Formats: sequence, C-alpha cells, structure tokens
Amino acid sequence: MIQADLTVILPEIVLALFALLALVAAVYTGKDKLGPTLVWVTAALMLLLGLWIGTAPAGTQEAFGGMFINDGFARFAKVVILLSAALVLVMSQEYMSRRGILRFEYPVLVALGVVGMLVMVSAGDLMTLYMGLELQSLALYVVAALRRDSVKSTEAGLKYFVLGALSSGLLLYGASLVYGYAGTTLFSGIIQTAQHGEVSIGLLFGLVFLISGLAFKVSAVPFHMWTPDVYEGSPTPVTVFFATAPKMAAMGMLARLLFDAFGNAIPDWSQVIAVLSLLSMFVGSVAAIGQRDIKRLMAYSSITHMGFALMGLASGTVFGVQSMLIYMAIYVTMNIGTFAFILMMEKDGKPVTDINALNMYSKREPGKALAMLVLMFSMAGVPPMLGFFGKFYVLRAAYEGGLAWLAIAGVVASVIAAFYYLRIVYFMYFGKDGEELDTHRSPVLWLLLTASAVVMVAGIVNMFGVDGAAAAAAATLLN
Amino acid sequence: MSVFAFYLFAICALAGGLFTVISRQPVHSVLWLILAFISSAGLFVLLGAEFVAMLLVIVYVGAVAVLFLFVVMMLDVDFAALKAEMAKYLPLALLVGLIILMQFVVAYGAWEANGAAETLRAAPTPSDITNTEAIASLLYDKYFLLFQLAGLILLVAMIGAIVLTLRHRQDIKRQNVLAQLYRDPAKAMELRDVKPGQGL
Repeated sequence: MIQADLTVILPEIVLALFALLALVAAVYTGKDKLGPTLVWVTAALMLLLGLWIGTAPAGTQEAFGGMFINDGFARFAKVVILLSAALVLVMSQEYMSRRGILRFEYPVLVALGVVGMLVMVSAGDLMTLYMGLELQSLALYVVAALRRDSVKSTEAGLKYFVLGALSSGLLLYGASLVYGYAGTTLFSGIIQTAQHGEVSIGLLFGLVFLISGLAFKVSAVPFHMWTPDVYEGSPTPVTVFFATAPKMAAMGMLARLLFDAFGNAIPDWSQVIAVLSLLSMFVGSVAAIGQRDIKRLMAYSSITHMGFALMGLASGTVFGVQSMLIYMAIYVTMNIGTFAFILMMEKDGKPVTDINALNMYSKREPGKALAMLVLMFSMAGVPPMLGFFGKFYVLRAAYEGGLAWLAIAGVVASVIAAFYYLRIVYFMYFGKDGEELDTHRSPVLWLLLTASAVVMVAGIVNMFGVDGAAAAAAATLLN
Repeated sequence: MSVFAFYLFAICALAGGLFTVISRQPVHSVLWLILAFISSAGLFVLLGAEFVAMLLVIVYVGAVAVLFLFVVMMLDVDFAALKAEMAKYLPLALLVGLIILMQFVVAYGAWEANGAAETLRAAPTPSDITNTEAIASLLYDKYFLLFQLAGLILLVAMIGAIVLTLRHRQDIKRQNVLAQLYRDPAKAMELRDVKPGQGL
C-alpha cells in the first residue's frame, strides 16, 4: 500500500529531496557562491517536473486513503505552478546577484514552498490542505523578508507573517467546526454528510470561516490589506513569485475544497464567493488609480484579477472552473512578462518603481515599450489581446451560472481598471520628457517580456491547448 | 475513588489556569502553569491515555515551562506596564468578546452533528492494543504524509530563522585550530638580547 501511495506523490518527493540535498550540499561547500548555480538547477528541475506531470497519463489516483488526490485538475494547476516558479527563479538570478541578496537558501526555500503548493492543489483532506498551506506560507514569509537590512522588506515579512497567522487561525477554526459536524476531515466524507437537503448551520459556519481563511491567501477583498505593503516591501523578484505561483495554488485549493467537499451546497457558498469577487474587482480597480508606485499598482491589479477568477468559481459550474483555470493561466503569463519589464526599470543601477519614470520610454526603447503596451492592453482586457478572452470566459461563466448582475459589474470594473493600465501606456508614448532610465540589457528578462507579449497576441489564434486542458481538468474536478 | 481523583485534578487544573492569568509575578504565573499542566496530565491518566499524559509532563513541564521560566527570568520585561497598556483596551475587548459569545450561543443553540458523523469519525482507539501503539499507527502509518509534511514545515522554519538572523561578522577574531596546530615555534618566537637602557 505504501509503495503505491509513494508513487502518486513522487514528483513532490523528488522536489523535496532535491531541496534537502541542495541545502546540505551548499552548507558544506560554497555557501552563497553556489546561489546562482542552485537557482538555475532548481529552475531546470521544476521545468522537468512540470513536463513530467504535464505529460502524465490521464486518470485519477488517490493516495493515503484519499488524503492526496492526483487528478487532471491537480495536474493542470501543478504544471502552471511549476512553470511559473521556474520562470520566476530564472528572472530573479541576475537581479538578486547584482544586489548581493542571492543567498543559497533562496532557491531552497522557493523549492520547499512549491512543494507546499503542489500539496495544496492535491489536498483531499482538510489536514493535508492545512499542511500544504503552512509549508507554502512559511517559505513565503521568509523570502519576503529576504533583504533583511531593509526596513521595508522586514516590515513586509512581519506583516505578512502576522496576518497570515491570523488567517490560518480562522481557517483552522472553520476546519474544526466542519470536523465537529461531519465527523471526518476527508473531503469525500464531508460531501456525504452534506448530501441531504438543508445544510446544517454548523457546516455553514465552518464553511464561511474556511473561505475567509482562504480568501486571505488569494488576497480577495476584504482580506486584501496586506497585499500592497507586502508587494512593495519585498524584493521585486519575490514580488513576482507572490503574484504568480501561490495565487494559482490558493485558487486551485479553494476550487477543490468548494467542489469536492461542499459540492452539494453550491448555492450556499456561491453567494459568498460572488460578494468577494465583486468587492475585489471594484476595490482593486478604484484603489489602484491613486497609485504611482508600479509594484503597489500591480498589487491592486492582482486583487482585481483575483476578483475575476473568483467570478468563474462563483458560477458553480464545470464551465466556471474551466474559465477560472484559463484565467489564472493567462494571468500568470501576463504577470511574468510585466514583472520582467519592472525588473528592468533601473536608474544608475538602482531599481525605480515610480511610473512617472516611464515618460517617453517608447522613444528610447521602442521594442520593450511595444511589448509592455501589448501586456497592458491584455491586462486591461482590450479585445484583440488574450487577456480579453480570459475575461470573456469568466463573464460568460457567470452569466450562464445565473449571475448576470456579477457579469455586468465585472464589465464596469474592467473599464475602471483600464484607466490605470492605459495611463502607463500613455506615459510611455505621450508623456513629458523626463529623466531617462538606464538602457540595460538583460537577455533573460528581455526574452521573457517578449515571449509573454507574443503569447498574448498569438494566443488569440491558438491557446496551445491550454483551453482544452482546462476543460478536461475542470471535468475531472466535478465528478 | 476515580471520581474523587477527577475532581481533585480538575479543580487543580482550573485553579492553576486562573492563577496563571491573575498572578502579579510572572515567575509565579509560570509555576501555576506547571500545576495546570500536571493536573491535566492526571486527567489524561484517568481517561486511560497514559502516553499523552507522559508527553504532557515531559514536553510541556520539562521543556516548555522551564523555557518560559528562563525567558521570564532572563528578559527584563515590565509586565505591570504591559498590563496597564492592556487595561486601556479592556472595555472594548470585553464588549466585542461578549457580542461574539452571544453570537456563538445563537449559532450553537441550533447545532446538530450529522447523523452519519458517528460512523465517519476518524479514530476510535482500538481496544486490543495499547494507546501508544494506536498513536504510533496513526502518526507513522495512516497520517504518514502529514507527519513528513510537518517535518518539512519545521525545516523551513529553521532555515528561515537562520536566514533572517545569522550574521557572519568580519570584524571579529575567530579561533583557527588548524593554523594553531601547524604553528612552528621556531618561526613564531624570536629571542633577542635587549641591552640595558635601550629598547628594541
């Protein structure tokens, strides 16, 4: 029995063992000198694992008595998580080496955090879910405070830690209520107890607390307060990491919890998710208007995007889950490109985050400005770009799920949000001449920026099978 | 007899908890806390869970409480000032606490566990093995995955603590044992004949 179980969690074991070996090897040899090498090796391993999981045969395997589920949905989320984490590592190497903050623990912590995320999306039990979540969160708290001599970075880490602990408390309280009601923490057991008609008040109580705890992790309003400060304070490569892989993991985990454990109470949680989605979209778009710091702006932008992804979940249908998965895949791709651009924003070797610094950027670097223009249009959901299709899918899912009001609100919010994306484009093309940013060439960042922009355009013709994979993934979740 | 023991331990545990909170001296608080732990261990023994009782005594009394005692004695924390600070927020905190309590009373008034819950309940202790064995089979067999994940979490916590606090200072002298062993007295020492009235 144990051998069969271990085969199911083999990718996680490989990554965890690699992290342990890398840690020991680096401690006993070159320490921080090994940092860059470790970053590249970790990224390569994640890439390989992503390919391995992506090409694994379809089918659902359960391990440890249903506590760990490896199905199509988990595999889709895992591929997105692994690929985005690998790209983030690749992006961060040069930036962090130059500033002397690339310690060898960074790739190790990221790898262990990714193990946590892989467990999160495969969790079939409230306890597995919590373990994965804590493993991921703890690694994230540390990397947020990685630049320990900077007040802002340590503040970001501490703030994230305190609020994260609070949200974990809410989550655990909810889990204990659900356990008290259902007598089991297995999702398959919980769904059995909720089968007959009216959902009991104890289960609802637990469900609401669970959703609150998880909403914090996806930074949905009103649990978003930490996001701008943590995004701003963390070193930029770490901010990219926050904006991509953990969001996908938390979203996947939320979807599995809602459908696998509470799939018989869809009307009960659908309204909660709909409200979270509505608030996130509006608060995210309105609050970003006043922001001049591009990292804070991206934080509010990610809140808005989470609102849209939640809209897909709120519809409570297979198509809703599919649209959420597609939206998240597109969101992650866009964010990697945009942050590659932000990482290149420098003046005299120092990072610049003020958007006014982009004045007339197009004159000096037309290629990069064009790529950024495509990404910003895509973020705003302007029709020809791929971002539009992501929004279109979730809006359609909401409409078909009987949430027409939410779909309309989503359109309004995306129009408001378009303002600040287009303002960046305006600065780049029509702004006043101001101080010039360094024209610094980093082939890796340049490549990622261009690739991301190309995907946003080419994706209109063919989504490289992502839409089909998402449909298959959503179908496995709802069975 | 066991009823008498139960009330004895229960009253001691409650008293210990109460005095932990209201003692003025932090050291006294920790001592009362130890009483509460030991009384709870007694309650566990009455329930037939000797292993958990032993754990409580060894881990909580032996390690945690003693650590608390050290911290309280070593750190110069002005608990009176902290308490005065807390007193400022007391009325509001009491109000909020009371409201939440009332809400819970309303919620739990309508509480009912699912009928199937009793059959789903995860871990009734089997009667034919000792409870140490039962815990072991849960921890290392059924919840093997969770146990290993907990280990990883602790590892991350340890790495984190080291990453965020360890500093290699360059400006201090460190002992280098190898260099000391390989020192050659002929090179390390030099004999000079210093003439009276003159320096070197």
